Amino acid sequence: MDLLRFSTAGSVDDGKSTLIGRLLYDTKSIFQDQLESIERTSEARGDDYLDLALLTDGLKAEREQGITIDVAYRYFATPRRKFILADTPGHIQYTRNMVTGASTVNLAIILIDARHGVVEQTRRHSFIASLLQIKHVIVAINKMDLVDYSEEQYNKVVEEYKEFSSKLNIPDIRYIPMSALKGDNVVERGDKMPWFEGSPLLYTLETVQIGHDYNHVDSRFPVQYVIRPQSEKYPDYRGYAGRVAGGVFKPGDEVMVLPSGFTSKVKSVDTYDGPVEEAFAPMSVTITLEDDIDISRGDMIVKPENKAEVSQDIELMLCWMNEKPLQPRGKYKLKHTSRDARCIVKDVRYKVDVNTLHRVEGDNNIGLNDIGRVLIRTTVPLMKDSYTRNRYTGSVILIDEFTNETVAAGMIL
Amino acid sequence: MDYRLSHLKQLESEAIYVIRETAAQFERPVLLFSGGKDSITLAWLAQKAFSPGKLPFPMMHVDTGHNFPETIEFRDKFVSDMGARLIVGSVQESIDKGRVVEEKGPNPSRNGLQSVTLLDSIEEYKFDACLGGARRDEEKARAKERFFSHRDEFGQWEPKNQRPELWDLYNGFKHPGENFRVFPISNWTELDVWMYLMEEKVPMPNLYFAHKRKVVNRDGVWLAESPFITLMDGEQYEERTVRFRTIGDATCTGAFLSEADTIPAIIDEISTTHITERGGRADDKRSESAMEDRKKQGYF
Repeated sequence: MDLLRFSTAGSVDDGKSTLIGRLLYDTKSIFQDQLESIERTSEARGDDYLDLALLTDGLKAEREQGITIDVAYRYFATPRRKFILADTPGHIQYTRNMVTGASTVNLAIILIDARHGVVEQTRRHSFIASLLQIKHVIVAINKMDLVDYSEEQYNKVVEEYKEFSSKLNIPDIRYIPMSALKGDNVVERGDKMPWFEGSPLLYTLETVQIGHDYNHVDSRFPVQYVIRPQSEKYPDYRGYAGRVAGGVFKPGDEVMVLPSGFTSKVKSVDTYDGPVEEAFAPMSVTITLEDDIDISRGDMIVKPENKAEVSQDIELMLCWMNEKPLQPRGKYKLKHTSRDARCIVKDVRYKVDVNTLHRVEGDNNIGLNDIGRVLIRTTVPLMKDSYTRNRYTGSVILIDEFTNETVAAGMIL
Repeated sequence: MDYRLSHLKQLESEAIYVIRETAAQFERPVLLFSGGKDSITLAWLAQKAFSPGKLPFPMMHVDTGHNFPETIEFRDKFVSDMGARLIVGSVQESIDKGRVVEEKGPNPSRNGLQSVTLLDSIEEYKFDACLGGARRDEEKARAKERFFSHRDEFGQWEPKNQRPELWDLYNGFKHPGENFRVFPISNWTELDVWMYLMEEKVPMPNLYFAHKRKVVNRDGVWLAESPFITLMDGEQYEERTVRFRTIGDATCTGAFLSEADTIPAIIDEISTTHITERGGRADDKRSESAMEDRKKQGYF
């Protein structure tokens, strides 16, 4: 069966957790004991309705404060599709967790409170979705019950979002008016908004086309681990284990190993279940080569006629995720595919104002939740593609050398 | 050519990637193995990840001493068939050494005590990463877990301050004394696990399949007859056809009344059930945040 990974984002109190609760409740993905547990909690708190947000707010601190702090992952299925849903926090303090949840999805739902329209967090989350190259965005204009299901108000918010998003790079944006609390246009259409001609949310999730999210053109195989059993049965076996990050590998293919530039041919593509005829993204396999050459973790197997760019000077869009701001000329650890390096920040080109999407030149202060364009130089060459071409060979993370915290997500330009 | 993977193949590939990443990034990883379906799945995937080589790390069972005898028998055979090395951390030993004190009452659970034995074993063998078969769909605190879950030198999980985890770039850098819990099958559901075990024809312990067993109903949970349970006034064992959906400590793992005695029947059953698999776990019913509290103290 087909698998769709999606995330929900939006500002605080716009009803994300309620929407997810509704989606799970109406698709009958909630179990009786879970329901009884939230009924007990709702009752103990004196709520006069069933708080569906309690389903996803799994941490004590979240239930106490009624806000989502960290990503919660949920799983459900319909006869058409399986879903992995990342419920991400709206609070600006936890934007990094929103990025965490959104970095692996095919589709993002951005919620907007119909009363308030586009707010700063809407813009920030949309901009991040665009940077992360999420191809499909559903703008859920929620709480329609609080604006008397007004078509006029809905159109106003849609216009506002359209104007802002024209500067973004999101190929597929759809709008759905809904009330997560009452269930209108989530799973069922309901009878409150006859003027809306589109489909309810679930139908859209079930039918959106997601076939082309992997790159099957540029062959990329970052070597993760070298397998050498040195056993009686396999005295000379030397296999390069990894997950295909792009393109296709077949026995007989001419390949080149980067950064060394040595060439060879693919001898076999192995799995535990036996050799396979070809491997493509995102398959985890083990490749053996005709020639014995020196290859270790961090190297990349590619095709000689279509190489990744090998460089130590990397230009990035960074999402900064740490309380301690980016240090100009600072040094960081860096992870890119299976390769570890160190880097120095050579230049901050500009910072982005997420409200206007304008470049703020001359402002080099990249702090928590800021987005900026920087130039880094790495200690060892990276075999890179632009993020637009390949999510897996085009992304890096920066790590603080002293605290080991992941401080930034970077997309290679 | 249609380059698509079925959803089970996608999950398999993701898990193998995470397991290899653990072997590559850490010096002394260990795979936590209880003989339950999730750790069986994990061990199976680990075997695939390094084939035709062997596992580059040992397996460890934190044995509460309150196991079903069938579990131990299965564990030993499964591990030896894989050609892996098994370490057993014993809660009984921790009790004997005075490291922990057993709960009192008619239904003492050793679940909480497991964390101490686990942390002691981590220290003894200097493990820096523990691969575990936890799934995010099991429980609401588990739904918040990262693949690479950082623990401080006290083995504590700090859910408010987890490292952001982006794309497939897992940050395993740590200071001496700290360690990681790694959960390669985070994205699997109970149904995925069973469908995979069926597809792969993995041998399974017979406790999962319906069989006749003496059980007692306590607070709505069917507990199997065992020397670790003291019957209370008015309680008595009765024979029922049951199976287990999770296998843990015999004192807190509830049995389900079920006729499902094959994997397809189990898949049918869980596809239509209205109760989560942990609905039968007495240890989760102790408080609203039982799992979160245990995890903060170092539980896996």
